[in-house]
Amino acid sequence: MSVTDFSQLTIGDTVVEAEIPLSRASLVDYAGASGDHNPIHWSERFATEVGLEGVIAHGMLSMAVVIAPIVEWIGDPGAIVDYRTRFSAPVLVPDAESGTPATPTATLSMTAVVGAVDGAVGTARIDVTVKSGDQDVLSRTQIRVSR
Amino acid sequence: MPVNTDKQGTSYSLPRPYEVSREAVAEFALATNAKADYHFDTEAATALGYHDVVAPTTFAVIIAQKSEAAYISDPESGVDFSKVVHGSEQFSITRPIVAGDSLDATTHVDGVRASGGNAMITTRTEITDAAEQPVVTVSSTIVVRGDGE
Repeated sequence: MSVTDFSQLTIGDTVVEAEIPLSRASLVDYAGASGDHNPIHWSERFATEVGLEGVIAHGMLSMAVVIAPIVEWIGDPGAIVDYRTRFSAPVLVPDAESGTPATPTATLSMTAVVGAVDGAVGTARIDVTVKSGDQDVLSRTQIRVSR
Repeated sequence: MPVNTDKQGTSYSLPRPYEVSREAVAEFALATNAKADYHFDTEAATALGYHDVVAPTTFAVIIAQKSEAAYISDPESGVDFSKVVHGSEQFSITRPIVAGDSLDATTHVDGVRASGGNAMITTRTEITDAAEQPVVTVSSTIVVRGDGE
């Protein structure tokens, strides 16, 4: 597996872009894997009763699926020293109108850009934008990497 | 009952360590599109220098949320879980979590304050290994809607 050479990075470079589909099944899978069984992530009735427009993705699911391709690009899971974000808008994930509940009904668009780099020390900061449609759903998303 | 600001400065710990299994690492990786082989294949992980399969970056949230739950479910915290929305999250990572880790966690309630009509709560969960060495610190902000009074 190749490991990214930080000295070759330039501030402003787009290093990873991804379109990440989400389905109602994604939310159920994440609930099981994470232990976060809050019903706003699977029950339409409960979600609307507590004032949401409908079932929403776990913010932590968005955070997890966004960093996965960035870690793959870096090549070493141990290089990540800090990962932070703010949850700026909920991601609605409706049930598919027909067929399997694994049919995607929402998409996250992720772009990762080099925000800072010190090739001599071997550190970099990656700034990430994450949108669902036109809306930023994560904000101030930063990943600090070091080796 | 409104959020209890007297809980600021208190701490809650897991009753027993969280034992990291290969199965839990693989299940979390599958659920979060983490496709690298070192999440599933011990040989791939050891080739990178790890003792066992490596957990995805945000795996620590499982342990942090178990520890935070001790605070949130404390009747004296006054937190209505149905009104909670997640504000922010940060992982400050000393080393990756690997299968076989036995992890302790302590959640510190760093801030409880009214903000607009809401209450904002900041917690910091320190996760340590069996050798009592730091692994990752998970900082979280939650907003309890309509509970600023």
